[in-house]
Amino acid sequence: MAEPFRVAVVGAGPAGLAAAVHAADGGLPVVLIDAGARPGGQYWRHPDPALGADERAGHHDWRTFAALRGALQAYVDGGRIRYLARAQVALLDPGPPFLLHLTPATGDAPPVPDVVAATDLILCPGGYDRQLPVPGWDLPGVMAAGGVQALLKGARTRPGNRAVIAGTGPFLLPVAAAFAAAGGKVAAVCEANSPLQWARQAHRAVQAPAKGREALGYIVALARHKIPYHPRTVVTRVLGDSEVRGAVLAKADAAGRALPGTSREVAADLVAFGWGFTPSLELPLAVGAQTRLDVDGSLVAIVDDQQRTGTARVRVAGEATGVGGAALALAEGELAARSLVAEVTGEPLRARGLHRRIGRLRSFAHAMQAAHPIPSGWTHWLTDDTLVCRCEEVPIAVVRNAVENLGAADPRTVRSLTRVGMGWCQGRICASPCARLAADLTGAALTADALEAISRRTFAAPLELSRVARLDAPIAPGEIP
Amino acid sequence: MSTVTVTFAGRTLHARDGQSVAAVLMAAGVRSWRTTRRGQQPRGLFCGIGACFDCLLTIDGRPAQRACLVPVRDGMILGENGDG
Repeated sequence: MAEPFRVAVVGAGPAGLAAAVHAADGGLPVVLIDAGARPGGQYWRHPDPALGADERAGHHDWRTFAALRGALQAYVDGGRIRYLARAQVALLDPGPPFLLHLTPATGDAPPVPDVVAATDLILCPGGYDRQLPVPGWDLPGVMAAGGVQALLKGARTRPGNRAVIAGTGPFLLPVAAAFAAAGGKVAAVCEANSPLQWARQAHRAVQAPAKGREALGYIVALARHKIPYHPRTVVTRVLGDSEVRGAVLAKADAAGRALPGTSREVAADLVAFGWGFTPSLELPLAVGAQTRLDVDGSLVAIVDDQQRTGTARVRVAGEATGVGGAALALAEGELAARSLVAEVTGEPLRARGLHRRIGRLRSFAHAMQAAHPIPSGWTHWLTDDTLVCRCEEVPIAVVRNAVENLGAADPRTVRSLTRVGMGWCQGRICASPCARLAADLTGAALTADALEAISRRTFAAPLELSRVARLDAPIAPGEIP
Repeated sequence: MSTVTVTFAGRTLHARDGQSVAAVLMAAGVRSWRTTRRGQQPRGLFCGIGACFDCLLTIDGRPAQRACLVPVRDGMILGENGDG
């Protein structure tokens, strides 16, 4: 076996980019693996140069990204970072050395090495929109809020003319602003919670003034485009037969239950939902990282003050340690790399400023999460035929039956009995609502153990059978790295 | 910016080089390109970033590709994926 890389960084979003560049700054040979065609992750998603669009349009802190991208390119040219784009880690063997079994992210992507080996891991897998089932959410024209943003930022394509944007959290605002700036009409932004809760947390927002300025910018954009913003409002049903034609909006009580007599229909050809974010935990779980529930109820990896998990030689940074946004991810990625460099070189880690920044941003993130919870009464808008699992098309009635009549007391048993979470997405979309549902129906609290049991995935990406057949193939000398 | 031409279910669609396949379809007003295997329900783009696998379709004869992740190329043949 050829010499393993000193460190494999997985993910080239804010955390992964910072980790890769700072590890290389410290002299470590790095392999950076990312599913995207270009670095930046979801936050700095930008168009293919072929599109000829201004790549900076609609972005915050682009200068930070440009600097990191420039540093990455220099290290790639100099041979210190090997950057594998459009590659996904499908399987991760425990280490050290850790073996990362790779697959091209799509069928048309160029070949990638079958395996790379690394002594250390810095996992920065990011996350995606958290979803809650609602009647009609499987209709074409219903999208994740982040998916709308991705199309606007990455392809300069507007996926509809008239949008309802609903769920909870500050992310609904930039999506609405971007959709309007692209010439679309935003019929309504529905925030399930009350912005007053935000104000109660304002003392923490003051600690992150850049965030306050950003929020103010969105509020101005909402006003300029005359976008109706409805607090304490939920979408209780998406309307349409073969595609979206509208949504039913209702005022909600503090628990998110629709108030009688407040329902109204709004015409739309796009309904975008976002209920905060779900971190991708497949890879941390694959190497035995310990988990906890964050303030927002997400399953996240437990890390110490150097981003180390309980598993030796595995660090995690970014959303997977708790959803907190790009600035926090950048700081954590830098800390992870610098702590590793200190360990390898024996130099002391000087990171007091970094620790302070992380503490401040984490506190802000927790305040945001506390102000935008998933409403406890969200199941009230479900009807018997509402799908919980979109892939396997499992309706809520089947899940209820499994819990109430078949004795399923935890989400894993629900999965075994109903096939929830066993389809193409492997529960990425439905694991969180399914776990909440099982907890609701049994009267138990949502636990990290319950979520973890349905968040483990043998394969972190689907593999073609020909690739599966090579998983056990002997690795030729010199083939890796 | 240059334009490219692709074929979807027998239709010719014009696209901008640099778009994803999903973006090309959505821009052409195609909202769904797959039917589910149980309920025969139409599906198209949902998460938009490669997590949900709802947007699968056959691209140049290769089945089950995520339309949201594949960049469009001139002459691509896009087909509906009946086996989702």
